Amino acid sequence: MCRVVDLRQAVLAKNDASADELRALLADRGTAVVNLLSSPGSGKTALLERELLRARERSVPVAALSADLATENDAARLARSGVPVKQVLTDGLCHLEAGMLAGHLDGWLPDDTRLLFVENVGNLVCPASYDLGETLRVTLASVTEGEDKPLKYPTAFGLAHLVVITKTDIAEAVEFDEAAFRANVERVNPGVEVILTSARRGQGIGALLDRAMAAAAGTPVHVPVMARQHGHTHAGGGHTHAHPEVTGTMAHTHS
Amino acid sequence: MSVALAVVDQVAEAAARAGDVTAVRSVRLRVGELAGVVPDALAFSFELACAGTLLEGAELVTEAVPGRARCTPCAHEWAVGMPPQLTCPGCGGTRTELLAGRELQIVDVHWEDGHKHSTPHPPTREPISEER
Repeated sequence: MCRVVDLRQAVLAKNDASADELRALLADRGTAVVNLLSSPGSGKTALLERELLRARERSVPVAALSADLATENDAARLARSGVPVKQVLTDGLCHLEAGMLAGHLDGWLPDDTRLLFVENVGNLVCPASYDLGETLRVTLASVTEGEDKPLKYPTAFGLAHLVVITKTDIAEAVEFDEAAFRANVERVNPGVEVILTSARRGQGIGALLDRAMAAAAGTPVHVPVMARQHGHTHAGGGHTHAHPEVTGTMAHTHS
Repeated sequence: MSVALAVVDQVAEAAARAGDVTAVRSVRLRVGELAGVVPDALAFSFELACAGTLLEGAELVTEAVPGRARCTPCAHEWAVGMPPQLTCPGCGGTRTELLAGRELQIVDVHWEDGHKHSTPHPPTREPISEER
């Protein structure tokens, strides 16, 4: 017999449930996750290296997890800062999911970690849809990527709690139009803070750490318009139709 | 692709709960303009994700939901478009409420179940192995 079955399930309900679970679990032990999203080559690792060093100078217990499709180069770079670093190879998967992250933290993340920086796979499409249980979501773009990047990837920029511009040391050479970039960010995410950084020259280093520390301490983060749809809050259990059985952690191994 | 896999997983789970589903004919999905999903790419991935599952050959029906927003201070309502305009085109305000556009939801599923079909299998069988 053929029948129509009313499911009414949010497609990402399982991930959202895992993310909420992880967020609560980490909050209990005083850890906040910072999810870093950007295109490949935008300078996530270079900036993070500097931020991790800064955290060490300030005696803030931090750790970093770097997700990559194939190599371990990023982790090797981040490990130079001396903080606990873990490399996750996604084996072709273009993003991290909350259940995968939880599995990787198990038995690795030191108990006293205040901030865990997660360097997501370099990609501005899929990672944007997956809540990792983060307290702060940061989307980065370098000055070389063009002022219209926020318009091309509205979900990634539209759901960010903080936007970071990197490589400002070469802004002049590439004729980066900061005002145009800011206007485009504002269009998809009104009110979000945009900070300028240069890992090479040291500009804005420490700002990311400051914002992350504030968020971890409970200072309310920016609420993007895209996360404000009634009944559709991305990271907060708005998906009321999720089946109770879907809270278990899971990991796709396919791409 | 991961969205397609999530859809297939959830439908397969629901079918397993129902117990006697023999085939899935179609899946109806509501996709908001701001959901971050490209319907064409999803349709392509869906076909691949269905292969070898109970959903093999199932049709994906997508309902597009346009993005709409309202300005809290001036009450102006507008279609956000793509790329989205989330500051108020009326007053330039930034206190915007998103009314629609972030949907990414399985609405319903059309499936065949064992009742009244000439199925020789006992009703307690694993539905997925049945399809292989």
